[in-house]
Amino acid sequence: MDALLSAPFLTALIAGAVAAGIPLLLAGLGEQVSEKAGVLNIGIEGMMLMGAYLGFVGAWWTGSLWIGFLFGAAGGLMPAALMALFCVRLGLNQIVIGIALTLGADGITALLHHVQFSRTYPRLPRVDTVAIPGLSDIPVVGEALFNRHPIVYLAVIAVPVIAWVFRRSHVGLNLQAAGDKPAALDAAGVSVVSTRLWAVLFTGVMAGMGGAYMSTVGAGIFIPFMTGGAGFIAIVLAMLARGRPSWVLIGALIFGGSLSLTTALQVGGVNVPTDVVQMLPFAMVMLVLVIFGRRAALPAALGLPYVRGQR
Amino acid sequence: MASDGATPAGVGPEASPIARGGLPDWLVRTITALIPVVAALLAGAVVLLLMGRDPVAFYVNVLNRGLFSWLGLQETITRCAPLLLLGASLIVAFRAGLWNLGVDGQFLLAAVIAAALAPVLITVLPVWATLSATMVVAFAVGAVWSLIPALLKAYHGVNEIVTTLMMSFLGISFANVLIKIPFNDPETTVPQTLTLATTNRLPRLFDTTINFGIVIALVAILLVHWVMTRTAFGLRLQVVGANPRAAMHAGLSVPMLTVLTFGLSAGLAGLAGAVEILGVWGNVRADWDPAYGLTIIPLVFLARFNGPAVIGFTFFFAILSIGGESASRRADLPNYFILVLVALILVFMALTEWLGHRRGLARKA
Repeated sequence: MDALLSAPFLTALIAGAVAAGIPLLLAGLGEQVSEKAGVLNIGIEGMMLMGAYLGFVGAWWTGSLWIGFLFGAAGGLMPAALMALFCVRLGLNQIVIGIALTLGADGITALLHHVQFSRTYPRLPRVDTVAIPGLSDIPVVGEALFNRHPIVYLAVIAVPVIAWVFRRSHVGLNLQAAGDKPAALDAAGVSVVSTRLWAVLFTGVMAGMGGAYMSTVGAGIFIPFMTGGAGFIAIVLAMLARGRPSWVLIGALIFGGSLSLTTALQVGGVNVPTDVVQMLPFAMVMLVLVIFGRRAALPAALGLPYVRGQR
Repeated sequence: MASDGATPAGVGPEASPIARGGLPDWLVRTITALIPVVAALLAGAVVLLLMGRDPVAFYVNVLNRGLFSWLGLQETITRCAPLLLLGASLIVAFRAGLWNLGVDGQFLLAAVIAAALAPVLITVLPVWATLSATMVVAFAVGAVWSLIPALLKAYHGVNEIVTTLMMSFLGISFANVLIKIPFNDPETTVPQTLTLATTNRLPRLFDTTINFGIVIALVAILLVHWVMTRTAFGLRLQVVGANPRAAMHAGLSVPMLTVLTFGLSAGLAGLAGAVEILGVWGNVRADWDPAYGLTIIPLVFLARFNGPAVIGFTFFFAILSIGGESASRRADLPNYFILVLVALILVFMALTEWLGHRRGLARKA
């Protein structure tokens, strides 16, 4: 048990929680926006994967992580645009299209990766971090929390920004109305379709950047199917957060911690089979759902296309 | 988590959306179902062209291997067995308005337990008893794995899409833990379960390599189709699927029917795992996961939850997957091209539906 309380173990756990949690945070925030607007985005797994692939390729070609993130955002945007066209504009079934996008992204990224790199997996150079003076010198947590790539800080800053948008702005009000009572929004003269459209596109950008973080800053390598269900965890995070971005942050760190437990345990000198540890985040999601599931609240019109004049 | 939003039943079993002219109904339905397939194959050809591969050669290779060679055809039919059972599993769930998206986990976990159990049982029981007992156990394993999502949905209204997906990931990892630790065959270097001898597997049909699993699968899917469309029990499930509130007011116990539906659906997925192991492989290797489940979902939608139609589409898909393996190898592509095709089929299906709907509206107006 001593090994579990040692400083290296804690540092590795916190560092891992941040590294694995940031993609979940970005994707979860994005999913929250589209869920709020009434679109259940099952395709987010595919959007993350496209972001991971294009983000990696962008960073690989240009040598710049920032361009990688731009590519990643574009990668997430492409399936999101399809989703917006099919599910919001044409009102097709959100779940069927979501599954299609995830399967399609699985296939297309694996194909493109094969065509480009055959069976090799090139690695990006280690990323530069920005240490926050003072805070990064705190023992144990300092290095893990305050000496990261700038995108980590940006992702955390996004939390209060989105919270402000939800609570205090017109946009937030429109989003909520689009999810809870689209007819009322329509009657108020705001287009439900375009509100949802922007929400879905925003989700795509966030999920794409989350995926790009995974492949560039996180792993430094792209492997087909590398998101491995992270998108679905993001959906759960958004559901359980009940519209509060700060809860997405807390959830992302908890699930991120359980995702990164393998490495941390190895640092601490405990050997646990990888498969057991891989079960952990999903087991945790189930546990949380069993305990809190009843209290999770979703918008009334979630998953339903809006057709003017229809009940 | 209120989830009376989108249910699969909203997409499915109503009549064909394309307005009927003088053509018989079944023909119109078949054509409606074939349009997305053809469109997807064409779009897939464009993808192949963009990657510098010859699409005609690719598709010809698929057909030559998957349909026109005797060996390939037998493999195709063998592959149909687990796919059809998964199709039956999804028909039950979707017709009852439930998204069981966790069939892959249910399939794999049941497969691993079947693979561990059969070589042990065979030492004390005759072959037929071993095989039947293993299949019953696999059915139960699948059903048990769906219990948590089913109870959460039935009594807490927790959205089953998420819970079944989570249980699926959990099941796949758990199956690997089982293979690597308790069920590991100490005689092999790669972690895998004990192997069931070829003579003790599901019997082969006549002089072919096709095993008895296809018969089980065909019976299962036709039975499911009959139960869901022609019996009072099936009607009850469909009412629950179409409108849970109306079902409640009609005096149906919606929570109980929900749990039962999940049990049946997941049980059939488990049976699919057992048939694949007892018929084809005889053991499970670590990290084996064919992930048939998510790819079979579009076919079940294309077939509008209709059993016989699922048989047709499954056969087509089995040709594509068996032929695609060899065609991909020849074109120096990973096998994932099939995933792209499936995604395209789904998208075009949704589009066809929308176009048909629009035409229907235009005629009414």
